[in-house]
Amino acid sequence: MMPAGSMAAAVVALAAGTYALRCAGPALRDRVELPHWLTRRITMATVVLLAALVATQALVDGEGFAGWARPAGVLAGGVLAWLKAPFLVVVLAGAAVAAALRMVGVP
Amino acid sequence: MRSVWRTVGREIGADAALVAAAVGVVGLAFGAIAVGSGQPLWLPIALSVLVFAGASQFVFIGILAAGGGPLGALVAALAVNSRHLPFGFAVSDALGSGWRRYVGAHLMIDETVAFTIAQQDPGRRRAVYWTLGVGLFVTWNIGVLAGSLAGTAAGDTAALGLDAAFPAMLLALVRPSLRERRMAIAAALGACVAVASTPVLPSGMPVLAALLVLLAVPAGTPRAAVPGVAGESR
Repeated sequence: MMPAGSMAAAVVALAAGTYALRCAGPALRDRVELPHWLTRRITMATVVLLAALVATQALVDGEGFAGWARPAGVLAGGVLAWLKAPFLVVVLAGAAVAAALRMVGVP
Repeated sequence: MRSVWRTVGREIGADAALVAAAVGVVGLAFGAIAVGSGQPLWLPIALSVLVFAGASQFVFIGILAAGGGPLGALVAALAVNSRHLPFGFAVSDALGSGWRRYVGAHLMIDETVAFTIAQQDPGRRRAVYWTLGVGLFVTWNIGVLAGSLAGTAAGDTAALGLDAAFPAMLLALVRPSLRERRMAIAAALGACVAVASTPVLPSGMPVLAALLVLLAVPAGTPRAAVPGVAGESR
């Protein structure tokens, strides 16, 4: 077991670093008027990051492939979202499809 | 508070409640996994209150469990959290000004950002950000506390399909932004880059690598003057 001191220091450093990353945007926003094209780029960056999160969370578990049940559930949710189904339906359908597939033995 | 509820609206309120409940269950699993992997009780609780960023917490615990050491765990978790930098610019208007900005910043996570950018109206953006942020902070930490105390007895999130519910949820929230062709192309390319680079990059980095597509896709002409996402509000 590693010493609690260095682990606590790592937690505090992570908390401080994460908080600084979170504050940078809001703190700078007031001082600098961002040009329009940059605002657009930031919006696009946010959408790209969220899309990348969707794809990696759907397909990857740790270092390897997450199995078929999870991406199938996400795909079902995605199709419903595309058909403009309510948010609740999208999320519950995604979970239900993955859970049902696992129940019948799909990894 | 009553006026905030009116601004959020019943429909979004129900969506937010669902997300908060799901986040609580994942918190339960996080606490159980952390304590089950041999970490002391205070660690998952301290991470959840002070860091409050689920993905980075799983990475932190995972690296410690794999014997990577606190420094390795710190660096990897910070890399995972670096996406909050662009997120901060995207939702800064929703935080409010003065002290609120510095309290609100701590509530910035994937779910609050995704819900906020799906809104166009400034009042609604602020109401949604704060309502969901506070709600998720509460349910996440209660979940983690309960899971840590219960230990390995708690929560099999895979059996509930929760691991599929989270990506589906983010997908539903970004969908309005994807109506714009350029955004859709950038998002699709970014998703491909992230998945393709997963085998070769350490955890957290593939999602950041997706930002490389910004070099390939031009920004185009803005449709709305609001600092959010062009397209309809949900």
